[in-house]
Amino acid sequence: MAGPSHQTTLTVADEPRAPTSWQRFRKHRMAVVGTVVLGLLVALVLLGPLIWNVPIDKIDFRARLAMPSAAHPLGTDDLGQDLLARLLYGGRVSLAVGFAAMLVAVVIGTLVGAVAGMSRGPLDAFLMWLTDLFLALPTLPLLLLIIYLFRDALKGLVGPEVGVFVLIIAVVGGLRWMPVARLVRAQFLTIREREFVEAARALGASRLRQVVLHILPNALGPVIVAGTISVAEAIIAESTLSFLGLGFPPDTPTWGRILFDAKDFLSIAPHWALFPGLAIFLTVLSINFIGDGLRDALDPRKVR
Amino acid sequence: MTTTPLLEIRDLHTGFHTDEGLVRSVRGVSLTVARGETLALVGESGCGKSVTAHSVLKLIPMPPGQITSGQILWQGRDLVPLSIREMNRIRAREIAIVFQEPMTALNPVYSVGEQIAEVVRQHMGLGRRAAVDRAVEMLDMVGIPDARRRVGDYPHQFSGGMRQRVMIAMALACEPKLLIADEPTTALDVTIQAQILDMLQDMKERLGTAILLITHDMGVVAETAERAVVMYAGRVVEEGTVDRLFSAPAHPYTRGLIRSIPRLDGGQGRHKRLDTIAGSIPSQYANPPGCRFAPRCPLAQADCLAAQPPMTSPSADHHFACFHSVPEAIAP
Amino acid sequence: MAVFLARRLAIAMLSVIGASVVLYAVLALAPGDVFGELVSNPGIPPDVIANMREKLGLDQPIHIRYVNWALAMVQGDWGYSLVNRIDVGTLIWQRIPATLLVVGSAQALALAIALPVGVLAAMRPYSVFDQIASTLAFIGFSLPTFFTGLLFILLFSITLDWLPFIYRADLEQTGGAWVWAQLRQSIMPVTVLALFQAASWTRYVRSSVLEVIRLDYVVTARSKGLPERVVIVKHVLRNALIPVVTMVALELPVVFGGAIVTEQIFRVPGIGSLLISSIMANDTPVIMAVTFVFACLVILFNLIADVLYRWLDPRIKLH
Repeated sequence: MAGPSHQTTLTVADEPRAPTSWQRFRKHRMAVVGTVVLGLLVALVLLGPLIWNVPIDKIDFRARLAMPSAAHPLGTDDLGQDLLARLLYGGRVSLAVGFAAMLVAVVIGTLVGAVAGMSRGPLDAFLMWLTDLFLALPTLPLLLLIIYLFRDALKGLVGPEVGVFVLIIAVVGGLRWMPVARLVRAQFLTIREREFVEAARALGASRLRQVVLHILPNALGPVIVAGTISVAEAIIAESTLSFLGLGFPPDTPTWGRILFDAKDFLSIAPHWALFPGLAIFLTVLSINFIGDGLRDALDPRKVR
Repeated sequence: MTTTPLLEIRDLHTGFHTDEGLVRSVRGVSLTVARGETLALVGESGCGKSVTAHSVLKLIPMPPGQITSGQILWQGRDLVPLSIREMNRIRAREIAIVFQEPMTALNPVYSVGEQIAEVVRQHMGLGRRAAVDRAVEMLDMVGIPDARRRVGDYPHQFSGGMRQRVMIAMALACEPKLLIADEPTTALDVTIQAQILDMLQDMKERLGTAILLITHDMGVVAETAERAVVMYAGRVVEEGTVDRLFSAPAHPYTRGLIRSIPRLDGGQGRHKRLDTIAGSIPSQYANPPGCRFAPRCPLAQADCLAAQPPMTSPSADHHFACFHSVPEAIAP
Repeated sequence: MAVFLARRLAIAMLSVIGASVVLYAVLALAPGDVFGELVSNPGIPPDVIANMREKLGLDQPIHIRYVNWALAMVQGDWGYSLVNRIDVGTLIWQRIPATLLVVGSAQALALAIALPVGVLAAMRPYSVFDQIASTLAFIGFSLPTFFTGLLFILLFSITLDWLPFIYRADLEQTGGAWVWAQLRQSIMPVTVLALFQAASWTRYVRSSVLEVIRLDYVVTARSKGLPERVVIVKHVLRNALIPVVTMVALELPVVFGGAIVTEQIFRVPGIGSLLISSIMANDTPVIMAVTFVFACLVILFNLIADVLYRWLDPRIKLH
């Protein structure tokens, strides 16, 4: 956790200057560690396959369910496929899904929140009711339902891999925009009344100009925090779907999918499940710590 | 002086540990409160007067707060080494406190009756019903109309002034010997302020409670207190009877405070601006050797920056800490 | 209170309708024929399909179809599971107790962990205990339930052989042995779910207590000479719980999501594993019904949370 910062109410004339966002972030030790770990993980899945160029689908029955060794640093699965290669490749997909779904959530959320925040009255009320309704929907069952209903159609349209990818991003992102919308709206309501927006309004700035130039940049901090957390949530959502056997097909070895395939071999090949599980855990933990650090850095009012 | 005073603070030092070092809020305060008297503790915000008062009941958050040295003698017994458990037998039963912000000092989820009854049950061993009766009696005493009916109301159903009355009722419910009133009227409208002060005065006479009144308002001091202690930047700069302080203030800071009271009699001329004390209070991180007021003082000379002036006593009931000033009336 | 309850019930009903609209819209928007699978299935007589088609009125405009469907649901006609050969309503009633038992015990356990840990951490912020608790909480909610579940099985069933990893609804034991077997088989699913919840609730409780503990009225309570335990429980915790109730309510959808995963891992015969098996078997009526039941459960518990919130906070009664 962050270093101690006991605040006394006894502030006086020349007290030490308030630290900048970056300094506050750097003080959050775990957030810095998280950044480094996540950076390493991203570098690994991006560059790793270039160095460790074992094919992900090379079947070798003589080496099936092999424990970690020099030939297979993380062992193999029931078809003798190299787990390191599969993890590196699957990591690309898992991380890509996480970031893309976050973008979808942030874009939808910002739009809904901004429109609601700018328009007082019935439109605002309706959008907030919609947000609350979506917040109350059980996400995972709904995800499963949508994937069940649309999977085959999209597969036929753009091929199995791209189809599932697009579907998962759209659905995971489409069910995670609500917190962002609430945050953006709340920011709008508070910031809108501040002097500098009043000043811009007095100078005759147009509504769109007000939004783009004055309010959005100020609403950015909390949105970045929420966006960061939603990357972790999206990665978990994708892994969960794949783990339930309803996400990516077996030839796209995302971390969740590898776990799904591994779970029936737990007693004879525990390494098969442990490595992808650890990969998900490390990624999510790093992102959560970064999110916590960003909250400290960008939202100093927040009491922790 | 043969009898022990009710409360005697001796050379109290209280500080707060922060990332930037120790903030020394109280730097050697000594004062006494006699039975039944009203002592005003006066100074600007941040001078350490509230920390002094909270130290008496050990209500400063520890950590980061700490009483680094000194004694707080309650009827001759030092409170500083007492555990919280031992303090809990003194709190409310012998020394009670009323805070500045009546809007936030009451717990919003319990009725006012419940909150008064709670303290009565804790210290007077009354049953639930008797405690509520006592709450009604106290509410009635502090001037809440229709107390029997309102005892079940929640704090948000009362106005600021009424809430402060509730706080005072709660503080006096166990008939303590000393009431610490920490800026009890600062957050209230001017008209309400006078009512609350009158009510406090009335309660003091009825119950014989001594009052330690914390305030920054010399007007309030003149109206309510018998004696006053003036604090500046964690230290006592002057102490004396109120009559003495107002007729012949000695310390330049006290003189400044008195001059900055708005006057309705036009004594300063109708168009003259109200006097203020230039500058602001010094940093609580810094520890210069000399008089803390020197940078703002019109009389300051080189020796003021070199050493802390000792207390001098022109008479038995008047003490002040300044090298260069003498007690005299402020020119009109 | 009566007015509030009536209003709140009306809102809950609206939410149920809203959720059903969303679900039906998803179903209606889905490409292809939901019965396509069944038509090609030789095991199902064509007249059954024709019957269902007619009941669902697949040739009518969508809003009529929705109203018909909703009316049928209200009358308790939830359709027929072609895979399980049983009424969907009956099927769900059979499966719901296991889900509620696991989820309920998990929430109780999570609360029993999160309350004391969160309060103690907040009472001594940045102490060693707080740092350990906070770090564990971070790890706890960064560990996805499916991974924790597998780790538990690996450790307690495979390596140590202490606990069974398959949950059975039809235990053959009776009496005390049944209770013992039930307890043993519930430990892992309940704990997996509870640890995840406890982790995030600990954070809520901690930050809420931290915010309340320095408020003026807590100093007032201390100034009254109340024992520290009374100050914390009566004055701090009671107030700190108000925002926690809201946060917990907001997280309910996640709780039920976790229940699906846990049921699937440990083969708990609840509605979560029913949902997964129905998806695998293309049993559309069951999938729709279970999803709807999940939505209703979330709305129901939100309603309970709202009533609780109001009971905890007397200030709201004025509005």
